[in-house]
Formats: sequence, C-alpha cells, structure tokens
Amino acid sequence: MPEVTVREMTLGEAVREALAEEMRRDPRVCILGEDVAEAGTPFKVLSGLVQEFGKTRVIDTPISEAGFTGIAVGAAMTGLRPVVDIMFGDFITLTMDQMVNQAAKVHYMSGGAWKVPMVMRATLGAGRRSGAQHSQSLHAWFSHIPGLKVVLPSTPYDAKGLMKTAIRDDNPVIFFEDKMMFTFKGPVPTEEYTIPFGVADIKREGDDITIVATSSMVQVALGAASLLEGIGISAEVIDPRTTWPLDEKTLIESAKKTSRAIVVDEGYERYGVTAEIASVIATGAFYDLDAPVKRIGAMHVPIPFSSPLEDATIPSEHTVFEAARAMCKRS
Amino acid sequence: MTTVTNQSKAHSGLGTEQLLSMYRQMVTIRLFEEQVNELYTRALMPGLAHLYIGEEAVAVGICAALHRDDYITSTHRGHGHCLAKGAAPDRMFAELLGKEAGYCRGKGGSMHIADPTSGNLGANAIVGGSMGIAAGAAFSAKNLGTKRVAVCFFGEGALGQGLLYEVMNLARLWDLPVIYVCENNLYNEYTHFSETTAGDILARPAAFGIPAESVDGQDVRAVYATARRLVDAARSGKGPAFLLCNTYRYRGHHVGDVNREYYRPKQEEQRWMTERDPIKLFGDWLIGQNLANKAQFDEILLQVKSEIEAAVEFGIKAAYPGTDQVEENIYA
Repeated sequence: MPEVTVREMTLGEAVREALAEEMRRDPRVCILGEDVAEAGTPFKVLSGLVQEFGKTRVIDTPISEAGFTGIAVGAAMTGLRPVVDIMFGDFITLTMDQMVNQAAKVHYMSGGAWKVPMVMRATLGAGRRSGAQHSQSLHAWFSHIPGLKVVLPSTPYDAKGLMKTAIRDDNPVIFFEDKMMFTFKGPVPTEEYTIPFGVADIKREGDDITIVATSSMVQVALGAASLLEGIGISAEVIDPRTTWPLDEKTLIESAKKTSRAIVVDEGYERYGVTAEIASVIATGAFYDLDAPVKRIGAMHVPIPFSSPLEDATIPSEHTVFEAARAMCKRS
Repeated sequence: MTTVTNQSKAHSGLGTEQLLSMYRQMVTIRLFEEQVNELYTRALMPGLAHLYIGEEAVAVGICAALHRDDYITSTHRGHGHCLAKGAAPDRMFAELLGKEAGYCRGKGGSMHIADPTSGNLGANAIVGGSMGIAAGAAFSAKNLGTKRVAVCFFGEGALGQGLLYEVMNLARLWDLPVIYVCENNLYNEYTHFSETTAGDILARPAAFGIPAESVDGQDVRAVYATARRLVDAARSGKGPAFLLCNTYRYRGHHVGDVNREYYRPKQEEQRWMTERDPIKLFGDWLIGQNLANKAQFDEILLQVKSEIEAAVEFGIKAAYPGTDQVEENIYA
C-alpha cells in the first residue's frame, strides 16, 4: 500500500491545487476572469497560476461578465475546457442569459450534438460587511435549471475533489465557494482523488435528528451538533455537496433513521434550496417523520451592511441548536 | 462605374461552377422557405417560423467565403444560414416538424438548428444570444491554432443588446478571428430600425478599432467579395471584422405576421421584390456575362423544386421521437 500523505491546507489552497493539477493534466483547461492572472483574484485563490501556466491560459478579462462567460460557452463547445471566475456570486445576474439560455440548453437543444464542458467559479455567503450586492447566496437559481450542475464544497478536501470532477465533467458546472471559508483549514491528501457529484457526505453520524447543511452552513450545523450533544441530543450532519445532482437517497435514509430533519442553507428560504430538500425528505420519509421538516435559510431581506443587522440575517449555530432542541422536545 | 469594379472583383476567384452553385443555394433557400410558409399555413408545422426570403444573398455570399469547418452562429431567422453552411433540407424539415430524424432529434425546432458537421454552432432564439458563443469559437480557433474563422449572424435588432459591445471589445483586445455580420433588413420585428438605432451603425464597431464595412446585401457577389476579404484577414491573424449587409425581409417578422401595413407600406415591399430581388439580380448578371442561360435556371429550379418536395415528404413521413427521449441529452 502506498503511504497516504495528508497535509493541512485552506479551502482556497485546495481549489488552487485542483485547478493547477487539472491544468497540468489537460492543456485545454484555461481560466478567464477579472484579475485572475497577476492579481490572483481579490481573494488570492489563483495566486501563482499565471506564473506556471502563462497568460494564454490564465487570462485577465475586462469587467464584462456576460461577454467572457459567453466566450467560455463558445470555447467549451469548440475544444477548450474553460473555467470562468465570477469574483462575487452576486454578479452571476450579469451572466444569466449565457448560463441559463445558452450553456444549459445547448446540449439538449442540439439533440446532443454539442457539449459545453465549462466551469463557473463563483462565491456566496454573507458576513463580510460587503453590503447587499456582494453578499448573496444565489445558488438556488442555477439549481433550478435543467442542464446545469451546482457544487457547494464545505471543506478543503471536498473542494479539491469536487473541483477536479467539475473540470472533467462534460456539462456546465457552477462551483460556489463561500468567501468566508477561503482560509478555513482541513486535511487534504497529496494523492490524486476526485469526488463524484450527487454523493452526499455524512459529516457527523447521529441518531436523534438529521441536519442537512450546505457550504459554510456545514460548520454551523457541526457547531450546533456539538451543543446538542451537551444536552443529550445526537445529531447527524449531512452535506449533499451538490444541489444538482442531489443525493436524495442518503438524505431520505438519514431522515428515516432519525425521524426528524432540519435543512440549513445560506440562500433565501423562500423557493430556495431548503424548500427543495425539505420536500424531498418530507415526501421520501413521510411515514417515519415525527415532525414537519424545519427549514433555516437567510432572512428574506437584502443583505444589510451594518454588522448586527447582517449577522441577524445568517443562520447561526444558536438558531440551529434552538430549532433542533425544540423539534426533539428538550428543554 | 463602381458596379463594374465590383463585378470584376466578385467574379475573380469564383469559377462558373461555384457561381451557379451559389445561385442554386439561393433558389434552395427561397423554395425551402416558401415550403415552410406552406406547411405553416396548412397547419402542418407547429410553433414559430421566421422566413429568410429576400435575404438569401447574405447567407450564401458569406458562407461561400467560409470553409466547411469554419463556424457560424445563427438567429431565429436562421434557415438560410444553416442551408448555406451545408445543412441538408430533408433533415432541416424533419427538425422543423419535430421529428427524430431532424438535426436536433426534434428537440430544437426552427429556431435552434445546430449541426457540428457543417460548423453550425446553433441558431439562437435570444436576440443577440450567440454573440459570445461565436467569439468563443474564435477564441478556441486562435488558442488551438486551427486557423478556423467564426461568423456571427445577427439582425439589426440585436444592435440594442449590450453583449455585442462586450464581445466586440474582447474580440479586438484578443484579435479573435470572428466576423460580426449584421443583416439590416430594416425591421426589428414590427418596428423600423431608425426608431431603435441611434447614430451610425458602423461607428459602433469602429469605436473598438474593428474594421467595419457595409455592403449591398442583395448583391451576392458583392457580399461574397467583401466577406472573402474579411474572412481571409481574420484567418491570417488580423482579428475581428464587422460587416453590415443592407437587405430586406420580404415577409413578416414571422409567418403569422400577415397584415403589415401599420408598420410598412405594400409599395415598399413591392419595390424591393421587383427591383432588388437577390436571385433575379444575380441571374440577370450571370446571363449578361454569358455564364448561364435561362434554360439552365429553369433546370435548376426544377431540380431544387423536386429536392425540396422530397425533403418535405421526408420530414412529414419521419417518425416523432419516442417520449422516452424527453429526458435524454439534458446532460452529456
């Protein structure tokens, strides 16, 4: 057996390592976006890539999200495997026609004749005091559209393995990274690995309640689970890792086992990811549930700037803990 | 006279066989579209159809300047582009009728014909929606060194879409081999373009440093000659170009747009059809140059007629896709 070496690295470093490895493996992979080359993005996730791969593969674009996303769609159809960088997830609004009407539909509308193997990297998450146009979590929008795949890594390990899968996928994939988690550290093996889409990961096993959580909400859920343990409630924390494809089976099985479920996601609750997952669980585990599935998402307000206001909009360990305690009828 | 100069220019580089092949393509597009209209009025064709009749010289002149593996993107009024780039009428009709034998297995329809074998990246029903895709194909061509060129067809109505200006900026910055071909048929749906278009159209690409020209879109030789020059320049690494083709849509915005007098007079339509018809102009020139005679045109017409009739029959007789296919091709 070869020895498996594991290092600690940040989520940002894990994303960078995945991109670098895939760019070494496949010369068709290139990166397009605003300030991706020498600047390495404002979050410095791409630092060093232009030095290794040059300016023909790590390409600074004008501030033209629709333009360079459209170019990526066409480039993906004709032999390249572009990764476009959308600095703040809020800016995906500017790319919606290219992603939703073009990238998502090209394969289907052409009866399978054309493919669009591209990745869009975008950020999500509030808490950075960046105001209403730099703080949203809009991944539900893309999850709604047939033809797109949506990835939400919650650890450095997952980020690396899922990014490699995203780049190798022959479909348009949107990869959302929580901008508050770029410095979050975790173990990542040096050996090559990928993580398949549509496979949820049980981040913590438990018996009394299932907490389904995505992206940064996984840490919130794990924090709540520790608090719950203190009052004798055993919580199972599950991360679907991709909102589409969605590992419905694992979510339903866990809810059947525990008989209670909370879904936590940083997107808006209304018509959001929590609604879809709650529906999957309510339908699939109906006869085993002791309580309605509880949803916890961002408050239905534009993200405010002022610290106490912004913090109030984001699900916290405490809100998840209180919700779980109430569902398990513990005082 | 300028016409003489243009004629000799256009003539050079095209043999009689190619000229007649272009004539035949224009006739094919005309008869194809007339059949579409027929199928639609007889309620045999579902959905929407936007006819290219009157604009044939643009698609044929441009595509004659392209290689088979060069790329095009097309529009909702795209049948002419697809045929001129090499699509077969039978599979086109099958697609228009939603049949499995169609280019998109019936999933695309009139506004979404795509065909990798002829470099057709797809017709697009979002006005201006393919401007990035065309630039992206040119980006691949440049990065992979394939020497291919991409042509983005769009109507003057798409001049209002911001994407055009984003990708023209990028295409110039990166010297992408993409030609933006604006077909000005005078009407954005039901509105004259003068009511929607400020300033000088050619000044827009010129502002990005993109060579911009206009051409008589009813003169297939002039379209070809200009396209040939721009395409060759793009292929040799000189970057993008913009070609404004002045043309006219004989029919309505779509086949159901029959009463058009509230937005354009019948006399205007008549004038274009009698004085500026691209097939007649080209035919007269070919005869005037002793490159063809009336009998040859009659034979071409007969052949194309029978080809189109057979294609329609193929489309009508072809099977619908099984409903088990509805969930196929969502993901590759």
